[in-house]
Amino acid sequence: MSRDPLGLVRARPGPGFEFSFDGEPVPALPGQSIAAALWASGRVSWRRTRQSGAPRGAFCGMGVCFDCLVEADGRANVRACLAPARPGAQVRTQEGTGHDHRA
Amino acid sequence: MTTEPEPQVDPAVDLAVVGAGPAGLAAVVAAAELGLSCALLDAAALPGGQFYRQPAGSLRAARPQALHHRWQVFARLLARLERHVASGRVSRLCGHHVWSVSGAEGGWELHAVSGGDGPDGASGRTVRARAVLLATGSHERQLPFPGWTLPGVVGAGGAQAMLKSGLVLPGRRVVVAGSGPLLLAVAASLAAAGARVPLVAEAAGYAGYARRPGILAANPGKLAEGAAHAARLLRHGVVVRTRSAVVAAHGKDRIEAVTVARLDRDWRPVPGTGRRIACDALAVGHGLLPQLELALELGCRVRTLPDGGSALVVDPDQRTSVAGLWAAGESTGVGGAELALAEGEVAARAIAVALRRPVPADGAARVGASARRRDRLRGFAELMADQHRPGPGWVGWLDADTEVCRCEEVTAGAVREALDELGAGDVRTVKLLTRAGMGWCQGRMCGPAVARLAGSAEDPGGTRPLSCPVPMGVLADGTPSSSD
Repeated sequence: MSRDPLGLVRARPGPGFEFSFDGEPVPALPGQSIAAALWASGRVSWRRTRQSGAPRGAFCGMGVCFDCLVEADGRANVRACLAPARPGAQVRTQEGTGHDHRA
Repeated sequence: MTTEPEPQVDPAVDLAVVGAGPAGLAAVVAAAELGLSCALLDAAALPGGQFYRQPAGSLRAARPQALHHRWQVFARLLARLERHVASGRVSRLCGHHVWSVSGAEGGWELHAVSGGDGPDGASGRTVRARAVLLATGSHERQLPFPGWTLPGVVGAGGAQAMLKSGLVLPGRRVVVAGSGPLLLAVAASLAAAGARVPLVAEAAGYAGYARRPGILAANPGKLAEGAAHAARLLRHGVVVRTRSAVVAAHGKDRIEAVTVARLDRDWRPVPGTGRRIACDALAVGHGLLPQLELALELGCRVRTLPDGGSALVVDPDQRTSVAGLWAAGESTGVGGAELALAEGEVAARAIAVALRRPVPADGAARVGASARRRDRLRGFAELMADQHRPGPGWVGWLDADTEVCRCEEVTAGAVREALDELGAGDVRTVKLLTRAGMGWCQGRMCGPAVARLAGSAEDPGGTRPLSCPVPMGVLADGTPSSSD
């Protein structure tokens, strides 16, 4: 039997749900951050930098580096490693400052 | 600003504790048991700090201890905290990031922001206290190398934090690299949680520990902790290679492989030793740096640690150089949870005495034992910091295109140009010329690297006017006023 984090701590989470990431459904468990759910789905990038447009994702994992910024329900600059995933949320890759497309 | 809600101002408490990690928790429960009214503020949703970071309650983990060392100690502290929260003696303010502290001995104001990453936006709160204990912990020291900005390259502590809280892994095949004892704990956790860990690359050696047998003999718990990690790594077939480093990460839109090279004693890569290892994630970190923003803003004195980091100067009662302000845990020098617990306990009693509260005489023996444990563990911490001090040769990992500042996308080439051609003589001038360190993280990620490139042997302590970004509305309502 392959090991996984949920099995290791014998987690019995409540019912899972989905949110939308760039239009695709992503499964999440109650209590997980947006970044945790994206990692669990195999995704590691959800931001493009302002200058070179390079992909970025979670780095420090504790809210210090601000590399994991994402757009959630229309709000830019949300730290995906801290913000809880919510059922039905509309999460999008943050391009640049997150305000560019509104300028 | 009429649409902004007024910040909530709480009635004054005896003691405000900033940080709910091991030091803050130990201090707040001890202080509550000595009769002090307390407020406990922490940025995270649950107490525990980074060391005892817990899975969210709704993940309903029956055995969180599988990802933790000495979980029982934490469980007992939490139970004591619950009692004091229930009795009203401790006001527990999770999800509150303290961004500024103002005032003076006897009358402090702590300004906190909450909800910044939530759907309703940020709001402010002000806590008033007679004494303040800073237990603000640490964050990871990062040293850049080509490819370190690729998705899938994550902090070793970051991977651990995400695993402990969200029960997730960054990839299936995770190389662990950098320096310091945290790497062994991280590798063991990742492997236990099902990741393949093809290699742990430790840039320093372990031989230096053995040259200080007195300190080791006085700290059998630390030896046992190291041995436990080693046994777990052995069980999972994880290889640890010392004097080795990841000198480059490869991939296009995410990491696909790393190059690991042998290092000489100064952390210079030995030519011809590079070896490519396939992976889909890299967990990397080069030790921990105390988070000192609030303390530095208040003018606390600091000292330089053996690994180049800065920590607060405290007296035997954990008092900082600023009257009415105490500190415990990693902010006084990185030394781990057991040291932080001892310091928190010592600080609580000293604060009760300073506030002229009667302290039971039978508590003195217990606190005396904690103080002796603290001194012994502090000795180990300094030895550890000395062993894992980054060698100057790590700059040999950089090429001109390596981004040093992740936020502002400033390359090593641009920093060197500022130094060599534009005549910048210090970190501050480099920052003004290149914007390195002026982004969202305020230099927390690139500070050590920029300092070394500028020729400084020490990490910048970094005074930042605010300890985290604060929305204008909260700032307008909560700015410390000079009139009170």
